[in-house]
Amino acid sequence: MIAYLAKRIVQSILILFGVSLVTFALLYLLPADPVRQIAGRNASPQMIANIRRELGLDQPFIVQYWRYLVRLLHGDLGRSYLQRTEVGSLIAARLPATLLLMVGSIFCELSMGLTMGLFAALRRGTKTDQALMVVSFVGVSAPQFVVGLLLLYVFAVQLAWFPIGGYGHFSNLVLPSVTLGILGAGWYSRMMRSSMIDVLRQDFIRTARAKGLKRAAILFRHALPNAILPIVAMVGIDIGLFMSGIVVVESVFGWPGIGQLAWQAIQRVDTPIIMGVTLVSAVAIVLGNLLADLIAPFIDPRIKLK
Amino acid sequence: MKKILTTGIAAALLGMTAMPSTVLADDGTPQQGGDITVTFSNDVATLDPAIGYDWQNWSMIKSLFDGLMTYKPGTTQLEPDLAKSYKISADGKTYTFTLRDGIKFSNGRAITAEDVKYSLDRVVNPKTQSPGASFFSTIVGYDQVAAGKATELSGVKVLDPKTVEIDLSQPDAAFLQKMALNFSFVVPKEAVEKWGADFGHHPVGSGAFEMKQWDVGQKLVFVRNPDYWQKGLPHLDQITFEFGQAPIVALLRLQRGEIDIAGDGIPPAKFLEVMKDPKTRKNIVEGEQLQTGYITMNTTEKPFNNVKVRQAVNMAINKKRIIQIINGRAIPAKEPLPPLMPGYNKDIQGYKFDPAGAKKLLAEAGYPKGFSTELYVYNTDPNPRIAQAIQQDLSNVGIKAAIKSLDQANVISAGGSDKGVPMIWSGGMAWIADYPDPSDFYWPILSCEGAVPGGWNWAKFCDKALDAQAKKADALVAPDQQAERNKMWGEIYAKVVKEAPWVSVFHEKHYTMRSDRMAGPDALYADPINIPVNYNNIWVKNVH
Repeated sequence: MIAYLAKRIVQSILILFGVSLVTFALLYLLPADPVRQIAGRNASPQMIANIRRELGLDQPFIVQYWRYLVRLLHGDLGRSYLQRTEVGSLIAARLPATLLLMVGSIFCELSMGLTMGLFAALRRGTKTDQALMVVSFVGVSAPQFVVGLLLLYVFAVQLAWFPIGGYGHFSNLVLPSVTLGILGAGWYSRMMRSSMIDVLRQDFIRTARAKGLKRAAILFRHALPNAILPIVAMVGIDIGLFMSGIVVVESVFGWPGIGQLAWQAIQRVDTPIIMGVTLVSAVAIVLGNLLADLIAPFIDPRIKLK
Repeated sequence: MKKILTTGIAAALLGMTAMPSTVLADDGTPQQGGDITVTFSNDVATLDPAIGYDWQNWSMIKSLFDGLMTYKPGTTQLEPDLAKSYKISADGKTYTFTLRDGIKFSNGRAITAEDVKYSLDRVVNPKTQSPGASFFSTIVGYDQVAAGKATELSGVKVLDPKTVEIDLSQPDAAFLQKMALNFSFVVPKEAVEKWGADFGHHPVGSGAFEMKQWDVGQKLVFVRNPDYWQKGLPHLDQITFEFGQAPIVALLRLQRGEIDIAGDGIPPAKFLEVMKDPKTRKNIVEGEQLQTGYITMNTTEKPFNNVKVRQAVNMAINKKRIIQIINGRAIPAKEPLPPLMPGYNKDIQGYKFDPAGAKKLLAEAGYPKGFSTELYVYNTDPNPRIAQAIQQDLSNVGIKAAIKSLDQANVISAGGSDKGVPMIWSGGMAWIADYPDPSDFYWPILSCEGAVPGGWNWAKFCDKALDAQAKKADALVAPDQQAERNKMWGEIYAKVVKEAPWVSVFHEKHYTMRSDRMAGPDALYADPINIPVNYNNIWVKNVH
């Protein structure tokens, strides 16, 4: 177990190192010049040279990357080019909003997905089953900005049940969570359906039925816990899916998280912020995967960590 | 001998005896109190006056800080702000400002001439990385500070706690305008040193408002500065800026009465709808901007080195149709200067839309069958659509223009490259005035100084005689010479139009939509200096 953990942590660090290298290289190769963005349109060539030197952007790629790594190992994500503030504190100020949205969307995708999957499994082969699977297919395929705008238009603008974007109240959390949750719900409903069908075929269910247990008792005490367990393990992996959605969804709903920060930074070629958010997301994904792998053997003892 | 600037004194006296100009408007009497909500899609980058340089934080900074000079609300007219009065020497190279008594920073400390000096030294220092440093290049000692060889501008001298003298290396008629730019606004040294690079998030100034709260990415709250030197201002007790609201969302909330001003303006997709609906139309204020959208032609390369070709292109472009593409949110341009700009020459008629005449000129220039060229454009709507309209107009006279639609930074660097590129549509990039002075539309974008690698003169237009004439105009700094100076600039632009390095296409208008309860003269909502609105002077009806 400990050896496995050590191995996985080393792997994770290597992955993060790779992510930082690739992102840094991509941003380095970007033709947009951050110095021109900082210096403004009236800057003289001398001033541009000054700022470039000041920021160390006149150095070759290897030197720039090395300096970045050294600072990173000291916990310093650098300063935003345009805001001049520390990237670390900008991300820290926005992380709670993103985490809250994460909790909300995981709740939505699990509650929607598991319910849909359960019903589909119980009504297997019927019209209900087919309809639910079509819905889940649409959920998986619909682009999130379309879903978000649609929900915003129907539930916030037309029906006025929820506020039009914003942050601070529970009512603000609903629509963005549902938007992010719909994608996951699509996956989970399919997984839940097949997992439930699988469990219902097992011998112990037949035994339970044979000894005359009520249908509800069989379902909720015996089948459901066994069907859900493998799915719960997926939640860790889900963080990757979540992170890929926040840039769009946070921007649509005006949610003040790190996704919105990234989007604004991309528009302004604010490289340190883009790097910072990418790294933080990568850490979240790596941690999520690690967590999923660590939980797996507790859920299914047949899985062994090596 | 030094001459006292009489108009400046008069304006200062007016400012002290009478109330600010908003009172004179016929929109009822201003009411004191109330708070409003303004929305934007992006968080504010910074509130440091030395750094902030986008239209969103530009007017916010004006409400938090003061400079020596400012503009009369709703106009482009200069008036003294922190300065009570000023004198200009006869040679136009020495400015002496006397500060008002009793003005304090919001931390309670009185402002002195030392603060003015410190603020100018700071903005020019390369360590500050200010995008506005080069505005101050005419101050004596600028070169040494900009090169990092000195930390203080030798040309800025504190004569006594209330008096500061600024020496220039050459007469600069736009100098007072520069003293009204945010970059020259006065900041307290102790706060800047305390917060360092984070000063932009912890601003301390002497403006009409103070920053109370900033929840990054969510909202920013300004409250009334009770010690503001202009008695009775600001009218509002509080302004809350909410971020993360896309323009379309902001418009919906505005229609519902949840917010008061949509900071990002009216989204193009909804523009015609809200302009047609009388309910929304009455809350939309229309104003002119100091902006020109133009097409540059590289005057150093074939075929645009031939003035006839450039004039032909001017006649080939249908400006009215291009304005239709942006829902009529502009007026056609006759010359580079926008009409609101001093020096605007009403006699310039520009080029009439005349494809047949254009063909004739092209034939005279030796291109009876036209030629092939390239048109660079910023790839964000509506610019590619405008480029297509230009392309069509050009093809009607036989010119085949291939559109190169690129990211903003790429177009700018292509235009500023050593050789430049044949044609650029300036939309989304250039040019909006930093200050209302004709020189700001000449030196960076039409002079030999701007036609250098990295410069903004994408037409590479360089007429040394015209530069000399412009220098002469800029040496006229005395107030009684201003009419003459404006006339000289009018003549300079008439020559530019004749040489036709650009097609001046349109001047964009600005539209601000406000809630029912907002009040104050329309000019405050279409302020050419404060976009979207002049926060200090607006008020709300029915304050409870």
